[in-house]
Amino acid sequence: MTTPADVTAAALVAFVAHEARCLDECRWAEWAALFAPEGLYWLPADVRHTDPLAQASHLCDDALLREVKLRRLQSPQAHSLQPPAAAHHLLQASDVLALDAGANRFELRTPFVYTELRAGRTVMLPGVAWHTLRVHEGRLCIVRKRVDLLHAAEALPAIEGYL
Amino acid sequence: MTPLQAAALVQPHEAAALVQPHEAAALVQPHQVHRDLYIDESVFALEMRLLWARSWLFVGHDSQVPRSGDHVSVTLAGQPLLMVRLDNGGIAVLHNRCAHKGAPVVPQREGHVGQACNGGRFLRCPYHGWSYRLDGRLLAVPLKAGYEGSDFAQCPAQQGLSAYGEVAVHRGFVFARQDARGGLPFAESMGELLEALDLLADRSPLGRLQVAGGVLRTEFAANWKIYLENINDAFHPITTHASVSESAAAVWGQPPQGTPVPLAMRQLLPFASGYAFFEQMGARLLPHGHSVLGTAHSIHTGYADLGDYGAALRAAHGDARAEAVLRFAPQNVVFYPSMALKGAPQVMRVLRPLSAGRTVLEAWAFQPEGAPEALLHSALLYNRQVFSPLSMVAHDDLHLFEGIQRSLTGGGNPWVSLHRGAGQGGNAPRDVSGIDEGLMRHQYQHWAAMMRAAAGEQAEPTP
Repeated sequence: MTTPADVTAAALVAFVAHEARCLDECRWAEWAALFAPEGLYWLPADVRHTDPLAQASHLCDDALLREVKLRRLQSPQAHSLQPPAAAHHLLQASDVLALDAGANRFELRTPFVYTELRAGRTVMLPGVAWHTLRVHEGRLCIVRKRVDLLHAAEALPAIEGYL
Repeated sequence: MTPLQAAALVQPHEAAALVQPHEAAALVQPHQVHRDLYIDESVFALEMRLLWARSWLFVGHDSQVPRSGDHVSVTLAGQPLLMVRLDNGGIAVLHNRCAHKGAPVVPQREGHVGQACNGGRFLRCPYHGWSYRLDGRLLAVPLKAGYEGSDFAQCPAQQGLSAYGEVAVHRGFVFARQDARGGLPFAESMGELLEALDLLADRSPLGRLQVAGGVLRTEFAANWKIYLENINDAFHPITTHASVSESAAAVWGQPPQGTPVPLAMRQLLPFASGYAFFEQMGARLLPHGHSVLGTAHSIHTGYADLGDYGAALRAAHGDARAEAVLRFAPQNVVFYPSMALKGAPQVMRVLRPLSAGRTVLEAWAFQPEGAPEALLHSALLYNRQVFSPLSMVAHDDLHLFEGIQRSLTGGGNPWVSLHRGAGQGGNAPRDVSGIDEGLMRHQYQHWAAMMRAAAGEQAEPTP
């Protein structure tokens, strides 16, 4: 059982690396379980955006929509995933921006390059992931993961996975 | 006409156009179309010049440029343009090409020209400092003495930034047409589609829409017509989007009666509707390639009323009009060839063809002024669930479109079949079923008519 007071910078950085590894290895249930119940995955359509509801986003998924998307990623009917897409996160060392045990609030900034291979075509997208974490029921959980793509406001190709 | 003057009249895509208009028209048969329509770059060059440049194309919405001096950059029929709000409140659509050497006068996507110290406003080219009034007229050239004794005063640069063509604005929607040859005035060309714009604008109690929240852009490796056909294709969701509708239905399950259905689910679950639903949604074919899919109902019909919003609409527009506005929920209204919109949610898709095999799609959202912000939230939610390049729904479409583009370049059968429904309804039906491929044949009949019209034009006399 982790308490907020137990959380170290090293544990936060390891959490982010583990989260990316779950995505790359298609460990969907494990990835979904990393989120707090109110956890939000947000990929805005412009890095200047501040409001996930009143401004355009490429993705803004709560638990329900993550479950639908993860289910589709495993659906034999998802013909855009035949052959399956493969994803690769190359992470730069995370900066721990906030480590506040008292408020049970932890924040990290992680530059990355995401590569997705789908049907022989490669898409490579650089960006920055912003994680806000808290301890929930004895373990670290994602309250919000915001992904700022360098190309957020440009025309993007179809991207299958979570970045 | 001198050879140089004749060369100046050549349109951007003309040089690449090897196929002749009558040859292009022959690619369209009554019930099938030839693969070259999608894959041939010279056909693309021809259709940009003879269809796109001769059509009323959606440029933007005037809410993007609310103040005089506001401007946005757009690409229309492959050409970089500026939409500018003038001091008199009007809208100018100009080529973003300095009259001097061709540099873009405005490099950024959007901006504002403030008042200069003399009270005027001007656009200034970043290359050599030529400046222009908002309507494109040439204002000043630095060190003008250097032109003394030359024929500069008689050259085309004196005309400043070239206007794109005619401009028309309806309920804030800005359209422009570069080449009026063979075409009808705006209102006649749009016909019943203007009522669709009215119904959308009247979703605001104040009668005004605002483009809001930002635009989603997707680039895909397929011809723009494959996408536009699909906007009118109510047959494909059952197979193409099965992965989404089944996943959404499985996750939502069967909660106890009375459980409120979140809007995200109300938007996704109808994709699982059966063939009968889509067949009975109905469609109307309008002149000039335009159409309305979902004249009887659509997957958007069930979006709930939003509390006081209905009452506010009735107070503003009267009961009958408010009812008509709220009932207006077609699957798609196609403004051929460049745009399609939905009434509820208030979203619009704009096609920006780049080449025969590459297209950019834009998804826009509207906030009706004076209406709850929940309407904008609903529009943005729909765009990201269905049109975002990361959306589950778009994936299966885009993957197929790109596959079609690759397969059509191969050998085998060169024809694409559009026969469904062709045996029903006589020669030129106006109302068809929602799954009638007449919705696509109709687009190509106009396409071919534009080619034939150009083929029939007298060649310009040469000196």
